[in-house]
Parts: sequence; C-alpha cells; structure tokens
Amino acid sequence: MSSREVGPSLLAKKILGVGFAAAVAGILIGLYVAGWATSFPKSIAASAAPANSGGSSLTLETVASIGSKLGKSHPTWVSYLVRSNGRWVRNTDYTVPANTVVHITIYQFDTPTGLRNPFLSQVQGTIGAAATIDGKTVNAINPEEASHTFAIPELGVFVPLPGVPEESKHPCEEAPCELGSDHRTITFSFRTGGKGRFRWQCFVPCGAGWYFGNGGPMQTLGYMDGFINVV
Amino acid sequence: MNTTTAAANTQPTRPLWRRLIGFNLLTAVLLGVGGYYLGWFIGHQIKGTSFAYEKKSSESDVALLLAYFFGVIGFLIGLGFANYPLSRLLGRPASLREKESEGWSRYFGLCTDHKVVGMQYLIGIGLFFFIGGLNAMLIRVELLHSTPTVVGPNQYLSLVGMHGTMMMGMMTSGVLGPFANYFVPLMIGARRMAFPRIEALTFWLLMAAGFILVSTIFFGGFPTGWTGYEPLNDQAVMGMDSYIMFFALVGISMTLLGLNMMATIITMRAPGLTWSRLPIFVWSVFATSVLMVLAAPMLVATLLMAALDRTINTSFFISGGGGSSYLFENLFWFFGHPEVYILALPGFGIVLELLPVFTRKPLWGYRLAISGMLGVSLLSFFVWQHHLFVSGINADLRPFYMLSTEIISIPTGFIFLCVMGTLWKARTSFTVPMLFCLAWTFNFLIGGLSGVFLSDAPSDTTTHGSFFSMAHFHYTIMGGLIFAFFAAIYYWIPKMTGVRFNERLAKWHFWLMFLAFNSTFMPLFVVGMEGQPRRVSEYAPNLHGLNTWVSISAFVLGVSMLIFLVNTVYSLVFVRAAAEQNPWRSKSIEWQIPHPVPVNNFEQIPVFDSDPYDYGVPVTAIGGAQPASAGA
Amino acid sequence: MSSEPAAAQGGPPAEPNHARRFGTIWLLASLIATPLVVVLLGPILPPGKASEQAAGQVTDNTVLLAMATPVLLLVLIYLAYSTIYFRQPKGGVLEGPAIRGDARIQTTWIIVTTALVLSLAVYGTVRLLGDNGGGSGSGPAPLTSPKGPKLPVQVIAQQWAFTYRYPTYGGVETPHLVLPQGEMIELHVTSLDVIHSFWAFQLGVKADANPQVDNIAFVKPTALGSFEIRCAELCGIWHGEMFDQGRVVTPAAFETWIHQQQATFAPATAVLPPYSRTYEPSPTRRGG
Repeated sequence: MSSREVGPSLLAKKILGVGFAAAVAGILIGLYVAGWATSFPKSIAASAAPANSGGSSLTLETVASIGSKLGKSHPTWVSYLVRSNGRWVRNTDYTVPANTVVHITIYQFDTPTGLRNPFLSQVQGTIGAAATIDGKTVNAINPEEASHTFAIPELGVFVPLPGVPEESKHPCEEAPCELGSDHRTITFSFRTGGKGRFRWQCFVPCGAGWYFGNGGPMQTLGYMDGFINVV
Repeated sequence: MNTTTAAANTQPTRPLWRRLIGFNLLTAVLLGVGGYYLGWFIGHQIKGTSFAYEKKSSESDVALLLAYFFGVIGFLIGLGFANYPLSRLLGRPASLREKESEGWSRYFGLCTDHKVVGMQYLIGIGLFFFIGGLNAMLIRVELLHSTPTVVGPNQYLSLVGMHGTMMMGMMTSGVLGPFANYFVPLMIGARRMAFPRIEALTFWLLMAAGFILVSTIFFGGFPTGWTGYEPLNDQAVMGMDSYIMFFALVGISMTLLGLNMMATIITMRAPGLTWSRLPIFVWSVFATSVLMVLAAPMLVATLLMAALDRTINTSFFISGGGGSSYLFENLFWFFGHPEVYILALPGFGIVLELLPVFTRKPLWGYRLAISGMLGVSLLSFFVWQHHLFVSGINADLRPFYMLSTEIISIPTGFIFLCVMGTLWKARTSFTVPMLFCLAWTFNFLIGGLSGVFLSDAPSDTTTHGSFFSMAHFHYTIMGGLIFAFFAAIYYWIPKMTGVRFNERLAKWHFWLMFLAFNSTFMPLFVVGMEGQPRRVSEYAPNLHGLNTWVSISAFVLGVSMLIFLVNTVYSLVFVRAAAEQNPWRSKSIEWQIPHPVPVNNFEQIPVFDSDPYDYGVPVTAIGGAQPASAGA
Repeated sequence: MSSEPAAAQGGPPAEPNHARRFGTIWLLASLIATPLVVVLLGPILPPGKASEQAAGQVTDNTVLLAMATPVLLLVLIYLAYSTIYFRQPKGGVLEGPAIRGDARIQTTWIIVTTALVLSLAVYGTVRLLGDNGGGSGSGPAPLTSPKGPKLPVQVIAQQWAFTYRYPTYGGVETPHLVLPQGEMIELHVTSLDVIHSFWAFQLGVKADANPQVDNIAFVKPTALGSFEIRCAELCGIWHGEMFDQGRVVTPAAFETWIHQQQATFAPATAVLPPYSRTYEPSPTRRGG
C-alpha cells in the first residue's frame, strides 16, 4: 500500500498484519451474513394438526397491532399469528400435506380497511366456493368491510376477511389476542394438490402508514405474507 | 497535525495517544456517529400533520435521512475538510497541501497528494467491489433453486438492489478515481490536480456512501433494485433512505470528480501538450467527465424529489396526487443512460492507451477514436427512452429513440476500428494487461451486439426486463469496464507501488475470470429469451438447469477474484519483488519517472513535442521531461 | 501521421497479403454462417409463433441475427487472426510498423456502419408500426391500430396478482386469462398501485402497467394452448411469484368459458366499479 519500498521487514510482522486485517474482514463479513441469516424468518413450519373431519387444519388470527412481545422490531404492525402447541406464534410459514383437505379457521381482530380491488370480495377457490363467517355461509362480503384476506393465488384461493366494526366495545389492543375480545370467525376449506411451495398473502392494503397501504407488514415475511409448503 | 506545510521527514515520534488526536479517520468516525445520533434526535422532534403516518408505521424516514446527513457532515469535519474554508474565513493563512509526506498514515485521512488519493480510491473501491461481488454470490446461491429457499423474497430483492446499486455507484468512479487521479496530472505534465482538496473529498464521500448503503440491512433493505422506481420507492420501508442517501452522495462525488478532471485537463496541460497530443486515456477521462458533470446532478435532484415524496407527502411521482410514475422513470434514465457510458468510456480509454504499448505500434486512428468518444458522450443524452419502450410512453417517441440508439453504435464502432487498426501487423506481446484488453474487445463486442437487439423496439418487447438485458449490461459493464479495470491494475501497479505482480497467478486470474465470466453470462441471454424476468427468485422449472450452470460458473468467477486477492496480498505485501522502472517499455511520460514518484511529480515542468505513441520509429525522448530526484 | 511501414526487422521477402487472406476467410465464414444461422436458428428463436406478434418478433430477431453474424465474425476472426499472425517473437523487442491511420478504411467503415445502423432503425420502425406495436405496450394512444373487430381485454395489475376484465361481456373480472384464437385482442394494461408489467411470453406481449395509465397492446393469438404470464417490472416482495398460465382456446370454447365466468363471478361483478380505462381506488394515500 505504501508507495515507498518497505525495507527488509520482519516476515512475522507482516503475517501478523495481514492476519489481523483478514480477521477483521472475516468478522465483518460474518456479521454481515449473520445479519441476513437471522433476519430471514426461520421456516419452522407450523404443521397442521389432524382435525375430526379428516384432512388437516390450521388456526390463525389477524391482529391490528403485533405488540412488542411478539414483534420487537415493529410493534405497531398488523400481523397474522398461528396457533401452535397451544400458544399464538408469529410465524407465516405453514406446512400442509398434499392431496388433502385443509381446514382453516381465522379469528379476525382488526378493523376494516377496504379492498383496493372489490373483485376480491368474492370467496374463490374454497370447497363450495364459500366461507363461513360467524356461523353464516357466504360467498362474498361487502368490499368496504374487508380487513384482510387470506389468499394463495397459485392455488386460486382468495378469502376476504371482514373486519370488526370501529365502534366495537372490546377491541383487542395488542397481540396475542384472545377470544374474549371482539372478533370475527371465518372458516373455510380447500384442497391441496401436488407438492410445492406456494406463497400466500393478504390483498387488503392494511399496511398503515405506507403508500397504498401495501408497504411495511404487507411486504415483510412473517406479518402479512408467508409460504404454504405442500409436502 | 493539520497545517504542516514543510514536510519534516524526521519528526520526533510523539506518543500514540497524542497522534490519535487531530483530524483523522478516528475523529471522523466519532464525529460521524455523533452526527448520526444528532440527526436522529432532530428528526424525531419534527412533528406535523405530514408526519402523522410515522406513528402508524413506526418508521421515521425524516430521522434516518437527517441522521445520515449529519453523520456525513460530522465525518467530513472530522477528517479535516472544514479546516481550510474555516481558516480562510477567519483570515488565517492555511496550508494548501495537507499531509503529503507523512508516511503510511496519510492514506487513512485527508491527503491532497493526487497519488495518495488514487491509491485510496483503488483500495476503497476494491473493498466495495468485493462487497458487491459477495452480494452477487448470494444471489446466485438463491437462484440455484427455482423457488425462494435460502433467502427470503424481500431479502433477495435487497440483495439484488444492493449488488446493483453498490456496483453502479462505486464503479462509475472505478477508473477515474484510482487511475485518472493518479495519472492524469502525470500524463499532462502537471504537479497536481486543479482542486486537490475536492479530489480528496470525492473519495471520502464515496466511502461514507458505501458504508451508508451497507447499513440498509439494518433498516429492512430496499425492494426496488438499483433503479429505485417510484411508486414502489415511496412504499418501501426505511432501508430505502439508505439507497437515496447513497446515490445522492455518489452523485455529488461524481459531479465534483468530473469537474476536477475537466478543470485539470483544460487548464493545467504542460507547454507543448496540445489537444492533439493528449494521450487517449486523458481524452477518455475528459469525455467521461463531461457526462459526469452534466448527468450526475440530475440524479441528485431526482433523489431529492423522491425523498420529499417519502417524507413530507409531496406527490411528484404519485399519480393519485397529481404526479406521475413516468416522471421518475424519465428523470432517472436521463441520468441512467449517460451513467452507463460513464462506465464504458474509461474502458475505451484504457484499452486504447494500453494497446500501443503491447503492440509496439502507434495508436491507429487517434482522431477517429476521439470523435468516437466525444460522439458517444454527446449522443448518450439522446437515447434514454429506450429503457421505456414498452412502458406506455407516447408512441410517437419510439421511432426516434430507436434511431438515436442505433446511431450511438456508430461512434462505438469507431473504437473497435481503432483497436483493430492498432492490432494490424503488430508485434503483440501477450502480457496480462494485453490479455485483459483482448478480452475487453471480445466481451464488449458481444455486449454491443446484444444491445442492437435491445434497441429494436419489437425485439425489445420480449427482452426488456428479462435476463437478456441483464446479460447485455453485464457484458458491457463487467466484460467491458471491469476487464479494462483489471488491465489497468496489472499495467499500472508497478508504477504505483514499485512492486510487480506474480505473473503465473495473474494469468490464472485472467483465464479463470474470462472463461467463468463468459460461462456465467452467455447462457443468461438464453435464459432471458426463454422468459425469465429480472430480479426474481422464483422462475419456471424448465430453466432450472441453465440457472444451475450459471450459478456454478458464477462461483468459479468468484474464485478467480479470490486468486486476484491472493496475488495482491502475496505479491504486494509478502514478496515485494521490485519492478523495473519501465517494465512495459512504454513511451508514456509516467513511466519515465522513477519510483517513488516525488510529491511534486516533476522538478521542472516538462515540455511536450509529440503524443506518447512514438512506437515503430526510432525512439526519441518525449520533450524535456526531467524526472525529479527521489526523496525531494 | 503518414503511414510509413517501419520494417524494423527487414522482414521475410514474401510477406503474405494479410488483408486479402483475412478478407477471404471472413467472407467465406460469413457466407457460410449467415444462411446457417437463419435456417437453423431462425425457426427456434423465442418467443415462438403462438401469435402474429410473436411470429413478427421471431422474424425481426432472425433479421437482426443475420445482420449481426458478419459483424461478429469480422471482429472475432480478426482477433484470432491477429493473435496468430501478429506476434512478438519470444523474448523479442521488435517494433511494429508506425501506421497511424488510413483515411480510406476509416471512411469506408463510417459509411458502412452508418448505412447498416440506419437501415436497422428504418426496419425496426417499419416493423413496429406495421405490426401495430409488435405486441409491445404502446401507450393510451397507439400510432397504428389494426382494422377490423377487436376484443378488448383489460389486464389489471395489483400487488401481487393479475386480474382480467372483459368490458364487452358485462365487465366481468376473472382471475385467469383466456383468449379466443384467431381474434385480434386489444389489451388494456393498467395498475392499481405501483408499476408492474404484463408479459405474456409465448404471445410476445409486454406492456408496463402504470397507475392511472391505460397501456394498449395488440395481439392476435394463432395457436391453441397455454402461455406463461409473468410480471416483468419489479413491484415488491412477490414480484417473482406474480405469474400465471393463460390459455388460448377456440372461439366457441371462449364463449362457453366467459359465460360460465359471468355466472360464477356475478356477486363480484355487482360490487365492481364500472369498467374504465384507468382506476383510482381508495385508499390512495397512506392507508390504514
């Protein structure tokens, strides 16, 4: 590096110098890569438990604010949670078996935002092309009422989730939300085909604070987006 | 420590702690961190209706932008950049030249010796080049699978964006930074650059910028790729601000660098050095500087608008608020297209400069080469909408931009003719720099011809936004500029360090790099034509085989870079085999000066009487160049 | 600057005529390679012949390839030739002839390259306008429009899926694209949020979807089968996952399909805004 010739210098000094530089570089690189590795949500697939009616089932909930316990870096973000081993866990990577019926139950605790594309207010891709909302079987909802959707576009599944009215008495402030707070219950089933890794996402612009509502939690795995692994 | 004029070669050594106080890198980092937190604090104090969204999103773009801004200011103050202006404001006579003779520590601070700045640039840009390359390796690891497997989708987009942004931001100064700063004053017979302090500023701005870009991973990365398109730009999380700040600093650095180069070349040429005797490398630097000065400010302005959209809710680029997404595309590419010629032109200059040395013939078609470079410079401002052929621009525009894009290949062709003419009946020695020049010719040919496909709007319909266009620009930018960059390194390192590279390792580096590069990017033309879009980590399963082949070739390419690194450490740190003063028997003036080049370059300003391409005829000394005796 | 060959070595008496040799090699190579390229590569060039526009692109690509082949061969063969014949003997320090230029060669080169390049520009323009945009998105007011009946189909891009509306069939919106074979389709591509790009690979169609812009592309599918749809402009996290399979079916099958879609999606159609060339859905500003 010096533009002057180094005179006869000790080999040991040089090795030390280079070794130190390499170690520093290596540590920096290691930190860099580690930063990435840990920020990728671990794909601990929340596997489905078999239900009475055969097939498998998943229980999810959507909340208005994830809170600092489950979402340290973004406590105000909306999020999906999954019931795993009796607890609510913030994980959006689910594994389901192939060629079976999957039953999904979603407890919806958030207020409505409204769909950008009202086309998605119709239930698609589920068995019976319908979903059961608070006990009633419907095939579409009011697009203004949508709070979130659960959609697996590659499997053709689109299910809009209606919101809890703004004036509700007991809204859930922070995750994890329990059934004592005001909520909507949506259940539906769909069939899986062959193996594959499919993404699922919410289609309601529920990322408050970002343009078109589609930033932030809408573009981060572990909140409003995830994967369905059909194995 | 900051105002020494007389270089005291034998200073009494002060204690370490005493030496650490002062305007140096340590102070700069401390003040930079301080500035960062100051800006962060100020940003969070700013409240208003425009910022109501911040509460909802729990992100503060204002705070981050201000933090970066004050951090950079603190960093520059810590290095000592404010000393000269402040001293003059206070009426004190201050030194014109800082720290030019202080030993190895001057490489870690503000030094106004252009040779030191050139060396700093080489190491600094090299560091970020390798970081960008690492990103590329991670990208190719993910692309070994046809679904997102190793890296999450938004991390993948950030990797892609960081790779592109780092490379584009850093390598635009990749040749001008190290080699033009070091050699242009020598080649024109000057003692220094026109603005030495600004020269040092451009380097440190770039270093601060690179660090800022890397820090994006702590703020969620950015999803837009290096082009930063709106409205996705507006929608992105805080990491986007790192991109904005990075490119703004790079744009300022580029503008100042180009300005400095132009001022130096225009005003500081030695007597007898008329424009028609200027080395072709200096001409290429000049042509590039014109582009830098005219195009880079556009980028800074555009990014300022993007930052305003992100922070105070303006709607420059949001159609719902009265703006237009097209505005960003056009503003960006108005900068973006000259930008890629900023990358290509120095490559032309290096190859044309080196060929005469290794073919022992004068440069063939000197004036043709100059008109080629200036023609490319001029025309590069008229072609940018070829990036927007399918975007729904006014259909009247497309035939014009097809025409202008086709026309720009005419001056580019001049360069090829000059290369071929110089090779005609030559006596070529296939040294490592020469090999890189020949590889440049091969790669840029393929890159250029693929550009002809992209410039044809009907053909572009399939290839736009696909891996075909990706392969095209990698062939021209990496196969072109980076190969020329390595040619320059292998050529000029003996002059810059007095030490020579290990020839065998260098040849291994070249051959592995050349073969791996072509093996990586040639199939990508096919991949793109077969329907794979850019920036995706999920692709059609039938393309899996090709992608695997490309990834493995890319890893081999990475290995070739490691060989270069090993060669650098081995030859330059351990072995340090002394190089002859003029190992390539070049007739260019910088090789007539012994190593180490004295601080003031020449004892007496030389007088030129011809261009440096006096090969093939009996050798006469160039002008009255008096190499300064060493150590003065 | 004159071209005096400095024969510093007093070369071998019979120096081969390099110009003639190289010229012959190149000419032969070009005459052999160019027809080979056209005949062998032309038929298999992407994007294939599944639509008129795609077939047009294949023709354009073949022409471009045919023009590029001699140029490629010129430089490559020259590089190889000069590497073989113009060498410094091992350990030698010989100098080459001090030729600084040749006005004739330069002028010829300038004229030939200019002619080549201008003819490519003219060809491209003729094909672009003659083929009604060649499958590319031509903006809200294309320069040329095909005559005769056209089926309008709107492609709505949103984060992160494409949906399709058929205005002449009651404005029904469907999640998959089905097109009738042999009919001229007028695609209207628009976006509801950020910039996307509708790329129907086998049909040779690519049109960017910009918010509040109607980007029109014309395509006439000629082959039955399925085609791949991908998003070609980075639009966020699921940009790479924004793909689908479209289908080209017979006109009769298309009618059956569209009526079935109208029935299936009647509830959605009832709440959709009326068909419009662009949409401004709310929330537009920062949602939530």
